[in-house]
Amino acid sequence: MSLLTRQKSPSGAAEPAAPAGAARRMRRWTPYAFLAPYLTLFAVFMVLPIGFGFWTSLHEWDINLPAKPFVGPENYTDLFDPASVDGGRFWTAMRATAIFTLFSVPLLIVLPLLVALLMNGRFRGRNLYRAVYFAPYVLGVAVVGFLWRFLLDGNIGLVNHYLGLDVQWTTDEPPVWIALVGVTVWWTLGLNAVIFLAGLQDIPRELHEAAMVDGASAWRRFLAVTLPGLRPVTVFVVNATILASANMFGQSYLITAGAPADRTKTAIYLIAETGLRHFDMGTASAMSFILAAFLMAASALVFGAFRDRSRR
Amino acid sequence: MTRDTRGLRRALLHLVLAVVAALYLSPLVYMVSTSFKTREGAGSTDPQWIPDPFTTDAYREILGSADSPILTWFVNSLIAATGHAALVLVTAAPAAYALARLRFRGRNTIFTVVVATLFVPPVVLLIPTFLIVNELAWVDSLPAVIVPAAAGAFGVFFLRQFFLTLPGELEEAAELDGCNRWQIFTSVALPLARPALVTLFLLSFLTNWNDFLWPIYVLLSPESLTLPAGLGNFQGANNIRYDLLMAGAVIASLPVIALYLVAQRWVIEGISRSGLKG
Repeated sequence: MSLLTRQKSPSGAAEPAAPAGAARRMRRWTPYAFLAPYLTLFAVFMVLPIGFGFWTSLHEWDINLPAKPFVGPENYTDLFDPASVDGGRFWTAMRATAIFTLFSVPLLIVLPLLVALLMNGRFRGRNLYRAVYFAPYVLGVAVVGFLWRFLLDGNIGLVNHYLGLDVQWTTDEPPVWIALVGVTVWWTLGLNAVIFLAGLQDIPRELHEAAMVDGASAWRRFLAVTLPGLRPVTVFVVNATILASANMFGQSYLITAGAPADRTKTAIYLIAETGLRHFDMGTASAMSFILAAFLMAASALVFGAFRDRSRR
Repeated sequence: MTRDTRGLRRALLHLVLAVVAALYLSPLVYMVSTSFKTREGAGSTDPQWIPDPFTTDAYREILGSADSPILTWFVNSLIAATGHAALVLVTAAPAAYALARLRFRGRNTIFTVVVATLFVPPVVLLIPTFLIVNELAWVDSLPAVIVPAAAGAFGVFFLRQFFLTLPGELEEAAELDGCNRWQIFTSVALPLARPALVTLFLLSFLTNWNDFLWPIYVLLSPESLTLPAGLGNFQGANNIRYDLLMAGAVIASLPVIALYLVAQRWVIEGISRSGLKG
């Protein structure tokens, strides 16, 4: 901020009589002055952490201990040894992240697409429905987590009551996954639906009309016009949803607290706990880089998959 | 004939959408309803949609409790979310303007590097950001939840898209009138960008207000917590008081629900548009 105000005053003051050279120099520096405040933040809280995180992962790093010995790749090799304590924990957490991602992502693509298709006509109340389906997303995970912790309570929860079941949704192994995935679908379905809806509305009407003139059935039009038209949006939604699901934290933390026996403790949950509760920051950083490598590979796969199809 | 079937289909569509919408909102209705129940009522096995007896005890207890200063958390959250959103605007707007409208050496490189970080999984930032925040002595204070996230590339990216679409004539006219770049930016570009700025402010505010993982680890003492992080402490208790928890959840939801009711269209359109272009 101070840089910007400093920029403003001299140019304002020197305006009429400023020699051409000074004015030109001012102009040359102006863009950088515009960028400076953001780039300062960017350097300190984006570029620096990336490098610093990797540096940390090569050390035995406890924030409270003065000695932070360099251990090279040891944190990584330790994690890749399933017999080690950290390795065992880490791959259990990676498994939890993988299960959650595999089950939540398809539902979070197909259901929002259906909702978007239903809402893609012009009819009364469309914006109202859109607002309703989107509403849970504006609530934070804290509210959503507590609310569903209550509704899924094994003894007094509404879910068991109305389904006539006696299931421990927050502590028993297959049901916890249904609970976590279900809550997440309820929470974020509207987000993907409005993105799909915007994508549907960007498909030129003429394409549909032309297909109709050619006598194409509704299903045929869906396959030949709608789906290809949605490709860019779909790549984005699939990618963003995979990343969001793989970063799932609050639902586990609040609804299951990792139960049973840490089997729903996700990778990011373990990383936060290892690094920021137990202050084993070297190990936690190494974990985060391994998780990031998996996430970037997943993104690459998504881009690759969609590119191949368009070529054919 | 076709008109009849079309009418029928439309009615069916409305029925499906309305039923699903009602089901969709019912958990929120039950949250509000439970917050007005007694301790016994909230723990009852019989679902009660209209509290009987109706009481504001849960709110009174939660607002009066010394070890969970929920009003302080509320104010902290308000300061953090407002401060964060303001910081995002103040830093991202000039940067986005420069990247969109000014020509200078290194522009493409800077833009590419900034946008590339959109693809960096945020998990790798978690531990080192904590270490940096610790060096700055910000742990357990609000700057920790206001500043670091403003380094994200989203705001710059989002506003740049908007500045790119502005017509150049107005800026040229201002330049002929003798305005310098800063004056053109503040008096021509920013007013035109108001919709994008409002949207970015709202999205940043909501994201910050709802943030959970970071504040529960970086804020420690009861009086420095944000609302979601403070509510997180309730979970620790063995005997969960759902009446208190739901009252806390309602209080945490009020500002975002209010914002959403007022600015629903801006929020939704901002998110769906940024999605398309991301």
